[in-house]
Amino acid sequence: MNTRRMFRATFTVCLLLWTVGIYSSGCADTPKNENEIVVTIKDGENAYELIQEALIKATAGKTVVLPEGTFSLSRSLSLTVDNVTVRGQGMDKTVLSFKTQKVENKEEGAQGLRVQASGVVLEGFAIEDTQGDAIKVEDADGITFRKIRVEWTGGPDEKNGSYGLYPVKCKHVLIEDCVAKNASDAGIYVGQSEQIIVRRNHAEGNVAGIEIENSKYADVYENTATKNTGGILVFDLPKLPVQGGKHCRVYNNNVTGNNTDNFAPEGAIVGKVPAGVGIMILSNDNVEIFKNTLKDNKTAHILIVNYEFAVGKFDDPKFDPYPEGIFIHDNTFENGGYDPDGEDFKLLVALVGKPLPDVIYDGIFDEKKQKDGKTPKELMICFKGEGTWVNLHAYETIPKPDKDKTPHACELPALDPISFDKEG
Amino acid sequence: MQPSITIRGLFCLLLGLLFCFGNIGCGGPAVMSIIQDIEEPPKTLSAWKLFKGDMKQHTLNDGVLPYNISTPLFSDYATKYRAVWMPPGTQAEATEKGTFTFPVGTVLIKTFAYPNDDGSRRLIETRLLIHATTGWTSLPYVWNEEQTDAKLALVGDTTKVKWSHSSGRTYDFTYVVPNANECKNCHEVQKGKLQPLGPKASQLNVAYTYEDGEANQIEKWVEVGFLKDSEALRKIPAMPKWDDPTAGTVGERARAYLDANCAHCHQRKGPASNSALYLDYASTTPGDWGVCKPPVAAGKGSGNLRYGIVPGKPDESIFLHRMKSDVSEIRMPELGRVVAHEEGIALIRQWIKEMKGSCPPAP
Repeated sequence: MNTRRMFRATFTVCLLLWTVGIYSSGCADTPKNENEIVVTIKDGENAYELIQEALIKATAGKTVVLPEGTFSLSRSLSLTVDNVTVRGQGMDKTVLSFKTQKVENKEEGAQGLRVQASGVVLEGFAIEDTQGDAIKVEDADGITFRKIRVEWTGGPDEKNGSYGLYPVKCKHVLIEDCVAKNASDAGIYVGQSEQIIVRRNHAEGNVAGIEIENSKYADVYENTATKNTGGILVFDLPKLPVQGGKHCRVYNNNVTGNNTDNFAPEGAIVGKVPAGVGIMILSNDNVEIFKNTLKDNKTAHILIVNYEFAVGKFDDPKFDPYPEGIFIHDNTFENGGYDPDGEDFKLLVALVGKPLPDVIYDGIFDEKKQKDGKTPKELMICFKGEGTWVNLHAYETIPKPDKDKTPHACELPALDPISFDKEG
Repeated sequence: MQPSITIRGLFCLLLGLLFCFGNIGCGGPAVMSIIQDIEEPPKTLSAWKLFKGDMKQHTLNDGVLPYNISTPLFSDYATKYRAVWMPPGTQAEATEKGTFTFPVGTVLIKTFAYPNDDGSRRLIETRLLIHATTGWTSLPYVWNEEQTDAKLALVGDTTKVKWSHSSGRTYDFTYVVPNANECKNCHEVQKGKLQPLGPKASQLNVAYTYEDGEANQIEKWVEVGFLKDSEALRKIPAMPKWDDPTAGTVGERARAYLDANCAHCHQRKGPASNSALYLDYASTTPGDWGVCKPPVAAGKGSGNLRYGIVPGKPDESIFLHRMKSDVSEIRMPELGRVVAHEEGIALIRQWIKEMKGSCPPAP
């Protein structure tokens, strides 16, 4: 074939294909919303393959619609396309069960869904019984979890996966109206992230109900944390690439009966949390805790501690272990500290009696930051409103717990609310 | 280079841009026409024309160059056949760090195979990494039982494999072909940027036995025009071959092994940077490697152990615990490995055992 003829032939074929392309794209899928990729899964079909294929083929702006039903998957799903929505028919109607992942198919990954993309919205489905984390999202700018349920259905068990909803190294994180149950670490865990809203969620039966770790600018409100080991944790830890956790508002939450024995695997930081803690601040700065209802937490409703006191020595010159600029006010306390867990808190009973006070502060402060022998006001731990209090003065050779509230009866300026428009 | 690839490819490059944009196919089933519409890749491996003759023989087409890397990523003991193709007249360039910038149109080919009991070979999957105009794309192809072709499997696959290791150990497990997204878990070293991992100067700077005799691979790439010769290229030291005791000290070889097997995630800009464990060969601080470093979000992966590496005590080190495990939530690397790499474990064990120092005791 000479070159000219081949050119003409190819040209004709291309033109034909082009025309067909335009024609067919105009006619295809007319009954459906063209921005939707609807997944249908019939009996006996491989749910993993059908869902995963839709997640691979999705392009920005598309919504992958999952059908109603309970589907068994053994292999981890993954999404790597920006600005995609994955929508089920409701957290009790679209259920992706990874139960078989536990007993067999150990080859096929531990997670339920892994998202490595920005601007993703996940809504209206459930992920159950993954061997590892239920939903992990990495490095996203914009991630929304809405009406998602993650659960290990056999109740609290050390064999359960570590994290339920697990965004890490993200910006603009919105977690709302979700349910997280029985994670062996944290049900809702936001790590090394900033610009965070966690609201109206239900965290139950986890070691940590909600945990904000090494993160900045977070609002945690109108959540219910119940039957966890610790209800809501605000932690800053050493030796992480992102640290200096600060600016977190925890308000209008219902934190009740978080008395489940700690079932975290040893080595996990939340393994240090005694059972019966409502809200715990570890080394984080600028935390405002207000208008929460705390009830029936058997060790302490609120605990404010230094990493070195609670966990131990660390080797990280960049890390500041002192919780500073903490303002606790206008919370409602009922029936706390009545049966403390852990040796330290049992010892404390001997010193201050039972029940333990509602708010326990280890009293460790940074001498280097003091001016004229006083901690500057903006670094103070302030406590206002009803409730009992104890400062352990744990830096003393023999700790001298002091239940007097007056040295901490200060007020700090309210922290700015977090708001962002970024959907996804 | 086969004429059908170049001429028809070039036609379609031109015509594709002019007339065929957005449509499937455009004449020749060859790399340059395929990458114009990489969103709809060929369903079969043979369509790429990267092989010639009987597919089962896995004979590379003209212009496709085989290569090896000195310290490869362990993949369940699969034999890996690697090859590269670049459009005629284009070439890769080495950066100062020794990674390569590949031209658009580059195809990296990696086939995974296991031995059969009768001495023959079973091809399992061929992964293509294609540098399309829109960036790198990964495509997994799974071989059929007859070994006549491989089929595109975007969602991955699983297959039972049973074979004997040269040491006498027998293996029987489910081999997992990653889905197209899982390719990114390793190859997306930086967010949004898929990239090749193996072919870089430090890994290619070893000899290979070509059809026309043995040659250093870097020299060969330069010779065939795949790589631009440069001063930078000459300055890049080779990473020691992990299993060659004459190539480096235990420490150097252990760190080369960790670089190849872990650093695609565990490096400062990688997906596992949140763990603060940096295992790239360039990280030279023991703390970066996990010495006396407590786990962060390892969950069950910690195995109730306190530190990544405890000098002198391999069995108290999380490293060994995770390398030995076949449980998906514990094992490392988390993808692409189902069975333990005994020889790799032995090297890391020796490295930790010979390490001096100690870690703070429990509080």
